[in-house]
Amino acid sequence: MPCQEPGIRNKNFEEVALGYTEAMALAEASRCLQCKKPLCMQGCPVEVPIRDFIGCVVAKDYAGAYAKITSSNSFPAICGRVCPQENQCEGRCVLGKKGSPVAIGRLERFVADNAATSVSSGQIAKKGKKVACIGSGPSSLSCAGVCAKNGLDVDIYEAMHEAGGVLIYGIPSFRLPKDVVAKEVEGLSRLGVRFLLNYVGGRTVSVADLSKQYDAVFIGVGAGLPVFLGVPGENLVGVFSANEYLTRVNLGRAYRFPEYDTPVYPGRHVTVFGAGNVAMDAARTALRMGAESVNIVYRRTRAEMPARKEEVEHAEEEGVAFTMLASPIAFQGDDQQKLRSVILQQMELGEPDASGRRRPVPIEGARVEMPTDLAIIALGTRSNPVLLEATPGLALNERGYITVNEATGETSLPNVFAGGDIVTGAATVILAMGAGRRAGQEIVRRFA
Amino acid sequence: MGTKILVKEPLICGTTSKLVLSAPHIAKSARPGHFVMLRVNEHGERIPLTIADTDPVAGTITIVYLVLGKTTAELEELSCGDEILDVCGPCGHHTHIEKKGTVICVGGGTGIAAMHHIAKGHVQVGNRVIGIIGARSQNLLLFEKELRGLVDTLYVTTDDGSYGRKGLVTEVLAELLTTEKDLFEVVGVGPVPMMAAVSECTRPLGIKTTVSLNPIMVDGIGMCGACRVTVDGKTRFACVDGPEFDGHKVDFAELKRRLAAFREQEARSMQAFKQARA
Repeated sequence: MPCQEPGIRNKNFEEVALGYTEAMALAEASRCLQCKKPLCMQGCPVEVPIRDFIGCVVAKDYAGAYAKITSSNSFPAICGRVCPQENQCEGRCVLGKKGSPVAIGRLERFVADNAATSVSSGQIAKKGKKVACIGSGPSSLSCAGVCAKNGLDVDIYEAMHEAGGVLIYGIPSFRLPKDVVAKEVEGLSRLGVRFLLNYVGGRTVSVADLSKQYDAVFIGVGAGLPVFLGVPGENLVGVFSANEYLTRVNLGRAYRFPEYDTPVYPGRHVTVFGAGNVAMDAARTALRMGAESVNIVYRRTRAEMPARKEEVEHAEEEGVAFTMLASPIAFQGDDQQKLRSVILQQMELGEPDASGRRRPVPIEGARVEMPTDLAIIALGTRSNPVLLEATPGLALNERGYITVNEATGETSLPNVFAGGDIVTGAATVILAMGAGRRAGQEIVRRFA
Repeated sequence: MGTKILVKEPLICGTTSKLVLSAPHIAKSARPGHFVMLRVNEHGERIPLTIADTDPVAGTITIVYLVLGKTTAELEELSCGDEILDVCGPCGHHTHIEKKGTVICVGGGTGIAAMHHIAKGHVQVGNRVIGIIGARSQNLLLFEKELRGLVDTLYVTTDDGSYGRKGLVTEVLAELLTTEKDLFEVVGVGPVPMMAAVSECTRPLGIKTTVSLNPIMVDGIGMCGACRVTVDGKTRFACVDGPEFDGHKVDFAELKRRLAAFREQEARSMQAFKQARA
């Protein structure tokens, strides 16, 4: 797929991947074998009828292709861009066994970007039942979409000043342009979904209150609190969570400071800890903010990095360096307690752990000091207590996430549903969408 | 659809004002100690401000701000009838208030406004509240009238002696600590050095001391960790674990340094703002 040149794109926030032309899409779609038993579909967490939508693309029926995809995934323009396809659909593609799999994600994006589609609320018979969704990230948006298309009145309560959750504050615009998210939000608005911004679930409104006002409540508040390392010096000026760094840049538009008021901390020599998509996003954002060097520090090796393959490749092309088998054990500051360096413990791979990946073990005495003036910690999140503490009777699991009935998404509170990261812990956009959709379907079954 | 300013009352000309906002959904659940996150306009930054008062019947909340940077300078340009684009809350844990006897509430600077709300909560449950407020000079004192009508006794100090007693709030506090016998808590809200000094004052006597911290925040609901503070050697998030903590356990020096993390950018922003207005 055509991309902006690495040396150009690492200085701007425009989308990196430019998308297929029609000719490219047709050529790629024609590679699909139209398998009798499409394994790709089994690899998709929401079982998009992939073979069938690609068949429509081959026939240049893009509206048909869009209808096929959206029969199980409400937001293909988003998923086509952010799904880890290599572990899902494309990972199961038969062509992948000998060559490269069909680029399903890119085709999905092509269809979403090129199919003219809109549903207006005028075509939908109203059922007179109301649903409240808390949070406006992928799970809530999906739940709201299913409910609204089936004639339920949906209000989405969002704590931030912009709808979209992690799609807005987390994923940078060079990977997921904000107008792609805005288009989906507008689509829901056209279906009659109301967005109530600046409402904190559990603070401004409680689940108990919403349960009285609405027939069903969906909780999709995301995972929340960033995990820190718990090493000395972590609160020095210059050490940030990836959530903070990215929220300042994405939601706060800090890349346009001082035109926008939210600042971001400037770093010349940036270190990023972790190796998931968020770490890649933070590292690539730091480059775009003008860092001279950006180093991703990871305690395992390249093979174990959880990020999407494309993100790792893009980061490397753009000039991000990787320091493998190293783990931070202390941050050091200057006389004003500003970050100056990080002490790294060098590691080697030992026996496999519970996740099946070889466990990194420290090499005794092997420590190095790496100069850095901006450290970004991208080690994941833990459960956000704000709504949970304020919701008596809501059953949680031992990790502090909401327990739900797997089939329906219903929590321990009747007609209160939940999905996304607040149920599973940090996971993918598509899994959250799948959960939101499942809960939405159950709400529709009960109330529409 | 923003949040409408119903009343604007300048408290200190050009630097500190009180705004009464129409926010029924926040007023309904806001309690002493809570704060709001606010963004003035489309290009604005989210900042936390403590709620200084609420009127759930009228559906209003009151905020008080000191003009320190661009956001508060823009706030100061708004008038009665104007709207603030985003006001989100109530955030944080509310103050733990129960009827236990006598409490001393100490306030400094704009912290007096936040302290007022906490003092009001204590009065409402029947506690005897002694107030101590201080400022550099008489013209910088806030909420004196409101507090006089509320608390049992109010002590006023100014650094320059222009009003009340010359000196610091902690001097009055130290004296009261020797005379007040059934004191169960001291509350301190104000600049970091004041809260640190209040905590040092009560530490030798082991009196429970609650301070309301004001670190930098971005989202205000736990997502970013900008507001992390060290309390009893552990990292806590002021937005979701606080904003009130045991003053004897807070690392105030770290808080002060972290508050200054964006000083350069803040100055740049303020300078651009002043130039644009000049």
